[in-house]
Amino acid sequence: MLKFLETIPATDPLAKPEQRQIIDQILEENKDIPGGLMVILNELQNRIGFISLAMQQYVSHKMRIPTSTVHGVVSFYSFFTTTPRGRHTVKFCMGTACYVGGVPQLIEKAKQTLGVDPGQTTPDGNVTIELCRCVGACSQAPVVVVDEEVHGRVRPNKFPQILRAVLDQGKQTSEQQA
Amino acid sequence: MAFYRSHILVSVDPKCLQKGSHEILDSLQDELVSHGLVDEVQVLETSRIGDPDVDGPDLIVYPEGVHYANLSVDDIPFLVEEHFLKGRIVEKLKAREHVLSDEELGAPKSKEVRVVLRNCGKIDPNNIEEYIAEDGYMALAKVLTEMSPETVIDTVMQSGLRGRGGAGFLAAQKWKFARQSPGEIKYVGCNADEGDPGAFMNRRVLESDPHSVIEGMAIAAYAIGAEHGYIYCRAEYPLAVKTLNIAIMQAREFGFLGKNIMGTGFTFDLEVRMGAGAFVCGEETALMSSIEGKRGEPRPRPPFPAVKGLWQKPTNINNVETYANVPQIVLKGPEWFAAMGTEKSKGTKTFAMAGDVKNTGLIEVPFGITLREIVYDIGGGIKDDKDLKAVQTGGPMGGFIPIQYLDLPVDYEALASVGSIMGSGGMIIIDEDTCMVDMARFFMEFTQDESCGKCVPCRVGTRRLLEILTRICEGKGQEGDIEQLENLSQEIRADSLCGLGQGAPNPVLTSIKYFREEYEAHIREKRCPAKVCRALISYEILEGPCTGCTVCARNCPVNAISGERRQTHLIDPDICICCGICMQVCNFNAIRIN
Ligand SMILES: Cc1cc2nc3c(=O)[nH]c(=O)nc-3n(C[C@H](O)[C@H](O)[C@H](O)COP(=O)(O)O)c2cc1C
Ligand code: SF4
Ligand code: SF4
Ligand code: FES
Repeated sequence: MLKFLETIPATDPLAKPEQRQIIDQILEENKDIPGGLMVILNELQNRIGFISLAMQQYVSHKMRIPTSTVHGVVSFYSFFTTTPRGRHTVKFCMGTACYVGGVPQLIEKAKQTLGVDPGQTTPDGNVTIELCRCVGACSQAPVVVVDEEVHGRVRPNKFPQILRAVLDQGKQTSEQQA
Repeated sequence: MAFYRSHILVSVDPKCLQKGSHEILDSLQDELVSHGLVDEVQVLETSRIGDPDVDGPDLIVYPEGVHYANLSVDDIPFLVEEHFLKGRIVEKLKAREHVLSDEELGAPKSKEVRVVLRNCGKIDPNNIEEYIAEDGYMALAKVLTEMSPETVIDTVMQSGLRGRGGAGFLAAQKWKFARQSPGEIKYVGCNADEGDPGAFMNRRVLESDPHSVIEGMAIAAYAIGAEHGYIYCRAEYPLAVKTLNIAIMQAREFGFLGKNIMGTGFTFDLEVRMGAGAFVCGEETALMSSIEGKRGEPRPRPPFPAVKGLWQKPTNINNVETYANVPQIVLKGPEWFAAMGTEKSKGTKTFAMAGDVKNTGLIEVPFGITLREIVYDIGGGIKDDKDLKAVQTGGPMGGFIPIQYLDLPVDYEALASVGSIMGSGGMIIIDEDTCMVDMARFFMEFTQDESCGKCVPCRVGTRRLLEILTRICEGKGQEGDIEQLENLSQEIRADSLCGLGQGAPNPVLTSIKYFREEYEAHIREKRCPAKVCRALISYEILEGPCTGCTVCARNCPVNAISGERRQTHLIDPDICICCGICMQVCNFNAIRIN
């Protein structure tokens, strides 16, 4: 265990005290409940934003289960990601209603505006675009989800406004950080 | 002093400015100048206009007092021409009133009957007292104090309640099996995975009336002899999870969950577990694996969950809607319930109507209603008064139902008889502008992606189907493709372990069965009759209607459109990727597909 901890890259959430504390707390609270692995992974994904390889190894050590089991579960579910996302996520609903309702056109538009394909993050680490399953807002198709906010009835010419909001915010945060 | 016949007040609060009020102002000036209206119409800036819920940028036109909202610069040329030159109000740009409660669930329409949705939008889901005021937890009280587990099962049996999650198995039959299975520890599980795209009935119940599900589960737990339950909710529904957790806490505080409920000695508690984006976890055996913290792969049945379920213990899994019906059945009696519906399908069913119908949203109707009544009487018909082509039910494992079956009474058996399924209640209304081959391809992309990969026919077969369908859509179809699709479909159906593989071919088979000529047009004539498949169409700008407003050119993602302001624009077919955006944004119907 100790040896493993020494090999963690400095950029990993495990190497950052605040995040490490969150991870430990999630593990402590859930490792003994039946079926706890799913609960832990969901919490990690939600609160840390992704589940790195080192985090998976850490979970397996703490829960005393093989790393391959943890890895098998992480890779099975599409919600779990092993690399960090951008500061903002723009998800395009690819459910039936939205497909019929014009989401494919919006994706073209996003590719043009941001210069990245679905599944990728802009080089400045600001925005990740993703395709997702029906988010249950079909009556408002086509639907785009920006971070947690659901935007319905998005027409292609309204779409840049939605994007602009995240882009501007992104600029502000990076300016603040600078 | 100049006299203006109209005034435009443009909102320039910070939020609208961020979304481009300045561009709107510029464009308004531009357009007014070019139409020679500057001396008649005055443009003024103002801070926020009235309703904070309306999306900006917005503006109000006086003297009419018309409020246009959610505008973009691209709307301005059209708006100016229509409103100020021709004097017509532009309905599609008018501010929509944000009715907070409901875009997806309006007041019941004439042919609707609300049982499961009765409290939705009426009570505050985060306040258990409002549920109690609607006779909430009365059914549980009645069950615990007056009925034996066997009478509960008999009552539900008499009502004829069938599972609302897909297969339509009699709920009480499953409860009976679980009750009879030997074992001290048993579980009840609620399937809130609702993975079918286009379906959101369960989400609505969980978010608006969570206690009806909790109460139904508690009654089922009493009937089968379980003390613990799980609600498995998909990760895409964070609000439902939150609402459920609040509801469970309040139910515990009020003594409807926990030890010795209502002083009767009955113990039952409940927790919510979240999925993580795998569609196959809606299948009940996969769902149980996932709750156990494993990969959500289905396993063969038998043994059925009622015998060996969660952690090898007898388990009863029902859908959200199935449970939500139970308290009403107990309170109003099985006869009341059985009086609704058809001979074999009793009660009501919720459907999520989406697609090309005028009134999209949630509906609840008694079984036996016809598709025609649903689409035309409740749905208000097809958008833009186009023609209906098909109704798709049952999600990706369901099928297309063509218009010749519009008078089919909707129940489990009738839908199956035309090759589709009831599924959980997604209903996509498809108009004449939809390509059936493309739709079949879309569903196959979904199932192919969601196959868990355990069975070779499902994993490899769906990929093969997708390849062939994609080829046909790209204009590279060959003679024999249709037959190959049919043969492969039969194999996948016969040799797959779970319902995903078994149902995956349904969209392909029904689209071939009812729309074979569309496949043939793609394959033989390299033509897409609905003008959807990108490789088989081209876009053209018509000289007459094009006003040169530049909207299309500015919105084309690949800059395929050229043209001067106020002159007819032109699409370069070598650059155009046929995305169709220009057609969507053009306000003058100047773009045609060939
Ligand atoms: C691939 C697949 C996905 C399914 N998805 C769901 C679902 O999202 N919700 C649901 O209630 N049932 C779903 N089912 C059906 C369940 O396996 C099961 O039949 C149902 O939960 C039983 O509840 P019921 O008897 O109340 O319908 C699915 C089945 C398959 C094969
Ligand atoms: S039929 Fe498909 S989804 Fe179902 S178990 Fe087999 S491979 Fe998995
Ligand atoms: S169809 Fe799309 S790519 Fe082609 S001209 Fe129109 S907007 Fe541009
Ligand atoms: S299909 Fe997009 S929200 Fe349902």
